[in-house]
This record gives sequence, C-alpha cells and structure tokens, in this order.
Amino acid sequence: MSARDAYVTGIGQSQVGMRIERHPMLLTVDAIKEALDDAGLAIGDIDGVASYPGKAAQPPGFSPVGSEELIDALRIKARWYTAGFEIMAQLGSVIDAAGAIATGRARHVLCFRTVYEAAAAARPQDYPPARGGAAEGFMQWMMPFDAYSPANWTAQYAMRHIKKYGLTREQLAQIAITDRAHAALNPRALVREPITMDDYMGARMISDPLCLYDCDRYTDASTVLILSAGDALGDVKSTPIRLAASAYAVDRHSWDQAELMASYATGAELWRSTDYRPKDVDTVQLYDGFSFQAITWLEGLGFCRLGEGGDFIDGGHRIALDGELPMNTFGGQIGAGRLHGFGFAHEAVVQLRGQGGTRQIAGDPRVAVATSGGGPLATALLLARD
Amino acid sequence: MPAFRVLPRLDRDNRFFWTSGADGWLRFLKCNACDTFVHPPQPVCPACLSDSVAPAAVAGTGVVHSFTVNHQKWHPGMTVPFVIARIAIDGAPGVILTSNVMGCDPADVDIDDPVRVVFEQHDEVYVPLFEKTA
Repeated sequence: MSARDAYVTGIGQSQVGMRIERHPMLLTVDAIKEALDDAGLAIGDIDGVASYPGKAAQPPGFSPVGSEELIDALRIKARWYTAGFEIMAQLGSVIDAAGAIATGRARHVLCFRTVYEAAAAARPQDYPPARGGAAEGFMQWMMPFDAYSPANWTAQYAMRHIKKYGLTREQLAQIAITDRAHAALNPRALVREPITMDDYMGARMISDPLCLYDCDRYTDASTVLILSAGDALGDVKSTPIRLAASAYAVDRHSWDQAELMASYATGAELWRSTDYRPKDVDTVQLYDGFSFQAITWLEGLGFCRLGEGGDFIDGGHRIALDGELPMNTFGGQIGAGRLHGFGFAHEAVVQLRGQGGTRQIAGDPRVAVATSGGGPLATALLLARD
Repeated sequence: MPAFRVLPRLDRDNRFFWTSGADGWLRFLKCNACDTFVHPPQPVCPACLSDSVAPAAVAGTGVVHSFTVNHQKWHPGMTVPFVIARIAIDGAPGVILTSNVMGCDPADVDIDDPVRVVFEQHDEVYVPLFEKTA
C-alpha cells in the first residue's frame, strides 16, 4: 500500500426517516460516532472534513449542516476542509478528500452528507422556504417553462432513450422493484415494503415516463465515511477499503444541452484511471434519485453498451442480490431513502467487508463501484478490498 | 391573461434573449468570427474564444429532441398535464431550448415533431413557446 493512497476506514449512519424530530447536527453526530467506533478512532484523530454541498438555507433542509459549522461544533483540529455546490457532485467531496490525503493535507478525513428535507417541510417556522422570485442562472432555462423538478429534466433523457433505443416501462420498472426488494432486507431503509410490477404499472405518473416509484423522496438522515491515509492505517481497527480509482468528466455542464448525462463520460474516465475492468466488479451501487439515472450509469460504466441498459436489466435477475451484478443492495435511494449519494459509497463498503447480513452478496466480493449524480453531475468511485 | 409563469431576472447576458420576441423573432448569440452559436448566452465563443458575439435571429422553427408529459402539480395553481420539451433549433447547430409544446393534445407530441415558436408576452419578457407545425 502507498502512504498517500486513501482508504475508507469508518462508515456510519444515523437513523433514517421522515419528519425526524432530532436536530440535524445530532443526526450528523450520531453518524460520526458510529463511523469513529467502526474505525476505532476518536474525534481528536480527525484532521480533515469534507461535505456536499455545505450549509445551505435553501432548499429547506437540503443541507442543514456544513463543514465549517461541524468543525467548530466538535472542536475538530482540522488541517483541511471543503464543501460546496460546485464540486464534482455529492461523492466529489470524497474525491477531494482523497486529494487532501495524497498531498499530505490530512490523515483522517470525515466525509459527510446530512439531509433533512422531510423534517424541514414539516417545520416551516424553523426552515422557511424561499419566497417566490425571478429565475436566475440555469434555472431561468427551466422555471419559465414549468420544468420545476429534476424529475422533468431526467424524464426527457429517459424518453429519448425509450424512443431511440426501445427501453420499455417494464424494463425501467426493474430499478424500482429491485431497489424495494433489497430495501426490505435493510433494517435502516426508509421504505421496507416490496412492490410488484402491477404496483408499478398502477402508480400515478409524475413526469412521463417517470412514475411515483421512479422517484426518491425527501428523507432525514446523515451518512458518514472516514477516509484515511495509507500510512495511518495502523491507527484503525476496521478492514480498510481502498479507493482504487475515482472519476468525473462531462461533455456539457448542462441539464438540457447534452445528448447524454455525465454518467457516460465519467464512466469511461473511471476505466482510464485504473487497470481494473468492469468484469472485475462484484457489485454496483448506482445513483438512482430517479430510476433512469441508474440505467445511464450501467451503460456509462460499460456494463452494457449505450442503448442496451433496458435489455440488461430486463426481468431484474442480473441486478438482483443473487444476480451476476448485484445492484443497490441496500435499496438505493428509491428504497433506502434520499441519502444523496453517500448511501452508495456506504453500501459498497458494507458489501466489500461482508457485513451485509441478510442482504450480503455471495462469494468474496473484492471490488465495487459507487456513483453519485445525474444530468451534468457525476462522481464514480472504484472501491477495493486488497 | 396568460397563465402564471416564473419569469427570468433580466441581466446583461440574457436581456436580448428574453425580450427578443418583441419583434417576433427568436434570437441566440452567434460568433461573428466563426458562426458558432453560443447558448446559454456568454460573452465568449466556446469554439474560437472570440469575444465578438452578437444576437442573431433564427427562423423560429425546430424539432422535438425529447419531451415529457408532466402530470405533477409542482405548485397548486398549475394546470396539468402539459408538455415540456427540448427543442433542437433549426439553423443553430447544437442549440437546445427547453420549452413547452402548446396547442395540441399532450399525447400527440413525439420526438422529431417539427415545431414553430410562439411568444407569450409578460410585460417586457416574451417567453418562447412552441406549437406543432402542420
């Protein structure tokens, strides 16, 4: 191992739910304590902090805890930190943390993402929504046309895939059905009831072809990863999981000017950064804030070719727990909750350590991919147990 | 009285675009040096980095690159269903405009349908919407 390589040495997660009373800082601390215990570290060992997107008042509950506030709340003796909207999507904060480790800026970085949108919606007095106003920046190209939601933006990518390559609704349904089946085995999942094809076909449409079950939902939770330097592994007691490669790339940083989501350029970039190949991957944890995004990741990462994602997941067998490429084994965001990117990396570590319990995949998994982001936002992580 | 829309905040970069419909023409920035269209508007050409870019009128026709029928009321006053579409603009290679296809049954909209711009005026802002051409 290299001293400057980064390893995930601790993972933690708070309770996951909707309209949780507990303060979002305390949810964050719950997840941090679990991650520290997992790694065998103390808060005094942490010298770096990374998050996405940093503390933000809007949208309500989207990001109620930031790096700076956390550093002061816990008196962290940080030598490096980051957080911001303009980083390479949610798990881009983990790539940045690995960079801090590689340059010697930090030895143990606490990476976190806290979401509180369900609770905030229930407490407008504490988390007031912004008053309506004029649209600025890129939203000026969406809001005047009532294209309010990323559901609308993602649906248009999905519709083009349907028309150009023949993706069917029955195929698309396999993402949600698989997620919900896996979530039923995850004690911390937001929704633990499986759904059938009939349930899916009977659900109300949100933005054609995305129905209710294709969308994640507001969740309150905090998820933490501790990233440690290769020469600091003597401090930890857990099985370290190496960040073997990471990637981001984009054609156009835009939700509507690009033919394909950034998952394609990012997927190709990942394999340029490593000698591992898709055939080496034992499980994939792919961003599915909207179900179709997971299909773009399967294609973008080269598990199938562009346009073949529908056939790849047809029937759902291939991506099931006992399939050849188990996907979103914790339930993804559709089943486990909108943990906003961090849940995928958390679960990759769980599986590579063999700690999945009833949802643990068979064999001796050594390599996993975790991704975050849709549209122009994308991060891919390749994680390996050496 | 047109339906409620969230309108853009006009600024030095976008004012020409959102007020362009006053004389009935849809315009996008175009590079005077190499004819590349620049959208969203920026004061620089992405192809040759020239700062000589200026609004240029286009025919106002295009084709549906993709679309979705929105069924969700994102605010209580919203009338659903309606079509949100990405329009590939004729004569402006590479330029896509997210908009709405109006004036037809949402079920009658499909990819590659030819469309034509119609402007909806909100004071000085002319929102470019599209209708299917025969």
